[in-house]
Amino acid sequence: MKPKKGNNRIVIPIGPQHPSLKEPGCFRITLEGEKVVHAEIDIGYNHRGLEKACESRNYIQTLYLIERVCGICSHTHSTAFCQGIEELAGLSIPPRAAYIRVIVSELERLHSHLLWLGVAGHEIGFDTLFMYSWRDREKVLDVLAEVCGNRVNYGINTIGGVRRDLDESMQQNIAKVIAFLEDQLKYYLDLALTDPTLSARLAGIGKLSREDALKYGAVGPVARAAGIMEDIRIIEPYAAYIEVPVKPVTDTRADVLGRTVVRIQEMLESLEIIGYCLKNLPGGELTVKAPRRIPAGEVISRTEAPRGENIHFIRANGTDILDRVRVRAPTEANWHGMKHMLEGEYLADVPITIAAIDPCYSCADRAIVINSERKTEMMDWQGLREYSIDWYKKRGLDLSAVKMPERKIYI
Amino acid sequence: MGLLKKAINWGIRKSPWILHFNAGACNGCDIETIAALTPRFDLERMGVIQQGSPRHADILVCTGAVTLQTKERLKQIYDQMPEPKFVMAVGTCACSGGIFDGCYCVMGGIDKVIPVDVYIPGCAVRPEALISAVQKLLDTLKRPKKRGEEDAG
Repeated sequence: MKPKKGNNRIVIPIGPQHPSLKEPGCFRITLEGEKVVHAEIDIGYNHRGLEKACESRNYIQTLYLIERVCGICSHTHSTAFCQGIEELAGLSIPPRAAYIRVIVSELERLHSHLLWLGVAGHEIGFDTLFMYSWRDREKVLDVLAEVCGNRVNYGINTIGGVRRDLDESMQQNIAKVIAFLEDQLKYYLDLALTDPTLSARLAGIGKLSREDALKYGAVGPVARAAGIMEDIRIIEPYAAYIEVPVKPVTDTRADVLGRTVVRIQEMLESLEIIGYCLKNLPGGELTVKAPRRIPAGEVISRTEAPRGENIHFIRANGTDILDRVRVRAPTEANWHGMKHMLEGEYLADVPITIAAIDPCYSCADRAIVINSERKTEMMDWQGLREYSIDWYKKRGLDLSAVKMPERKIYI
Repeated sequence: MGLLKKAINWGIRKSPWILHFNAGACNGCDIETIAALTPRFDLERMGVIQQGSPRHADILVCTGAVTLQTKERLKQIYDQMPEPKFVMAVGTCACSGGIFDGCYCVMGGIDKVIPVDVYIPGCAVRPEALISAVQKLLDTLKRPKKRGEEDAG
């Protein structure tokens, strides 16, 4: 947007290399005085063509490539991918493997949220919090390195189970870290809720109300901070979450402070989950044998990443190379509300508002080809139902007698 | 080595300011780079500070395989840095393209676009490797480079 003559609007480009965020993303902020009146988001700097690369590798190679979608939440991507392939191949993983997957995924959530807490502290000029939370994060990375062999990109998942076992000394070390983190996290929660400077800085900015969160399709802590109970671990449990109790964490503040509180409480909940898993860790095998060729079919697999709902669509064609994989990472869903959150804010609040959705550019930079020549039309729920009844009728199946279930919105 | 250059090198050795740029990484090396600056590893004891502006930086710490969209920006940032400047390629992707080599949107390693002084392989690079690399880079500034001598790393 070019500044017009006679008005006092200024356009400030931020990025793609910027002082605070780690990844490249470009924002063009139009200001009127100190207020943001228009925001444009230009992402795609991190697009590497990963989905296409998957189509030329076999399933085991793809597994390691899919893990590199994102370095922070790599386990959730490989879990979603493995789950999809296991469903296509008709495998059910051993219970011990399912528990180990959950333990690693909760450890990952801990390190990701602690990382976010530090970055958020850095954005508001509270570098002490940054140093504190990154110091605590190292403890989590220590056990992750012990369990998986690597601090980042764990490589513990394999198709049909997990690659490494959790021995007695590892379990004791995890228990020690849990005990240490519990005290620290309670202190951070107390800090967020009672410290006047922190709550004054974070409250009321980056508002995304419940209605807007539903409208823009926000997921994860952004949606939960607006009071929408949207957690795949609860509404569609996978791996060992079927047995492990997960308490829902929501907040009604719908601003950056709400997101902070939700994330800290989620970390406390993660500690509970890891404790439960360690206590009830079943014995037995770690893997079941997976076939090299995966039968043809399509599958959608969902997991709860630290940032929200992560969806993988996989199409197999009966060979040892997959046909198509599509990754819908949580940040991709959260970007849509960003423009709405930024407009009307002060310039000084822009960095923390962007950081509050915990953006992960490498996750989000996926290519979508939109064919503009073809007409698109929107279908409502009823129309979609009629269409599917017609579709099955042509194939000799009459489903018109099936009753439509009521659509639930989880609150 | 002239007297002025000696003085500049002495200055950089005591406080090398780094600029971090992600040219298309998966984030793994970036969080390890930041982790190297935090209390456990504390690169700051060598005088290393993370800087926001390329005009204040001595070392460009670059992660990730270069994507087509960041190529121009990477060149721009490198040109904006004042002499003497150094580039560190952090991670296997930054060294050679790594796991993303051959993707349609990826150029390859950092050295396809700008000259690189230090290569640090690893997926992801450990903070210890980063500290060692900074140390080696600073050691090369102590004496003049001989002809045909390899860079540190």
